Amino acid sequence: MEILVCVRRVPDTSENEIELDSEGNDIARDELVYSINEPDNYAVEEALQIRDRVGGNVTVVTVGGEDDEEVLRRELAMGANRALLLSDDAFTESDGRGIATILKDFVKREKFDLILTGVQADDGAAQIGGMLAAMLDLPFASLVNSIEVDGQKLKISREIEGGNREVNEIDLPCVLSIQTGLNEPRYVGMRGIRQVASIPIATLGASDLAVDQVSVGKAAAKVVRIDYFVPAQGQGAEILRGSREEKAERVAELIAARGGLR
Amino acid sequence: MNRVFAYIVQRAGVIDDSAGEFIQTARKIDGSQIPTAIVTGFGAELETACACLRPVFGEIWKISNQALAYSNAELVRQALVCVLPAKSIVLISHDHFGIDLAPGLSIKLDCPFASDVVAIDNVQGDSVTVVRQEFGGQISAHYKCDLSSGAVINLRPGAFRAESNSGVSGVVVDKSSQVGALAAKRRYLETIVAETGDVDITKHAVLVSVGRGIQEKDNIPIAEELAEALGATVSCSRPVVDAKWMAKSRQVGSSGKTVKPKVYLACGISGAFQHLAGIKGKPFLIAINKNAKAPIFQVADIGIVDDLLEFLPELTNKVRELRGAVAK
Repeated sequence: MEILVCVRRVPDTSENEIELDSEGNDIARDELVYSINEPDNYAVEEALQIRDRVGGNVTVVTVGGEDDEEVLRRELAMGANRALLLSDDAFTESDGRGIATILKDFVKREKFDLILTGVQADDGAAQIGGMLAAMLDLPFASLVNSIEVDGQKLKISREIEGGNREVNEIDLPCVLSIQTGLNEPRYVGMRGIRQVASIPIATLGASDLAVDQVSVGKAAAKVVRIDYFVPAQGQGAEILRGSREEKAERVAELIAARGGLR
Repeated sequence: MNRVFAYIVQRAGVIDDSAGEFIQTARKIDGSQIPTAIVTGFGAELETACACLRPVFGEIWKISNQALAYSNAELVRQALVCVLPAKSIVLISHDHFGIDLAPGLSIKLDCPFASDVVAIDNVQGDSVTVVRQEFGGQISAHYKCDLSSGAVINLRPGAFRAESNSGVSGVVVDKSSQVGALAAKRRYLETIVAETGDVDITKHAVLVSVGRGIQEKDNIPIAEELAEALGATVSCSRPVVDAKWMAKSRQVGSSGKTVKPKVYLACGISGAFQHLAGIKGKPFLIAINKNAKAPIFQVADIGIVDDLLEFLPELTNKVRELRGAVAK
């Protein structure tokens, strides 16, 4: 099976506190630690496991710039067969639809049986997979948390309310957006990354992909972020002061007062 | 202004809670109109849903088709594309169905998509400014969305106040004949109901709930000891389940269990809305987090800014002391 996984490099919220910069309208980016978007990493792991069961190849792709090569290299170290960077000045400041358009033009050059994305990026909108599928007239399912291959179709489950799962069958080729937790992504160490350091990562631009430049980039974007802000806050919690011991004692008393000692 | 529609999800004739929330949103986009509801399904269930919508919406478009008896986003999309006028503004609830439906619908309608909107800020000319939350609710962002070719706007469930139009007696318009044959490449098979697991966290009055801040599986006994001292049980947020440190049955949140304890200790939980959505009944909420800016402190009653690996053992000691004192 030929599998494509669309990935993105994002600020890692487990490593960073996201705060406003001194200008007050963007996030402070200077000291951010970036990593692969978490659901995307689960998607790559799932693709590798499917390939190892039924054969084929896993390709990873991202739309971005030179800095984004590091996540592609990380996914090569996990075991992806091929990585490509879609990069062009014309792509800068594309909205979600623009990104999906670039990916659509890439997919049309190739032949994939299965296309995976992460369900959502931390600063994203859970939109690329569904848009890409509609552009390609392929079936789509979001929030996928299990995949079984069954000939020319898949049996999948989706995460719905209350931890319940909705089971569907879906014809190949298709696009799925992957939820976290469906597998255990393998560890990638520095050694693994060094081993793939010399593998070339091809870069494709607007002319390589025959992207209609009117449909991507800043001029085509119809959903545009104006600023980041911290909303006016309510009263919020009473923050306890004092030593650790004093605070612990106060919390124990408060719990007891609420009938919490049983 | 373009005509505003609200797609209403019905399951077995019961309309989704979000139906009333669309009214307020539509008014913010265009004060002069009540949105038109669109509801899909088949048979008696669909009729029941239409009857429930009549006191809320001025006009209800129903699409009856046997293929729509179970809501499959691919088929609903085909049906909506058949009936929606050009340049419509379509409001959809940002739940597991809306995430399936909306992005692809925006492509087929050739209009912009605004996702997971929590507030409508203002409308100027042909564009609307909306508010979204990013990075797990750590920060908010304004987005400008061009409405000149219509739009699909997904609204976060619960973010908008529900409103009813008293005195409205909506007209049901049957649009079924505008929809041709429907065929899907994705077919519903069954729903698997979540297992309760060894402990039913929904039955406990006190929960010690752990998040990513617990750092590793080997630290979970620190929370278990506190829970034991309190006579409570341990629950968790999603990252702890994803990392396989605790069972899915222990997860609180929109994709886990909904709990109604008296006291809730959020330990190393940042406070993303998906987690908070699972906490009902306004418990006394104590948040312990080393990040003073974590969103959880906005909704907690009491906050402790500290390393939970240090603080929880201290709290366990104090609880034991207090119990000892009470016993004497």
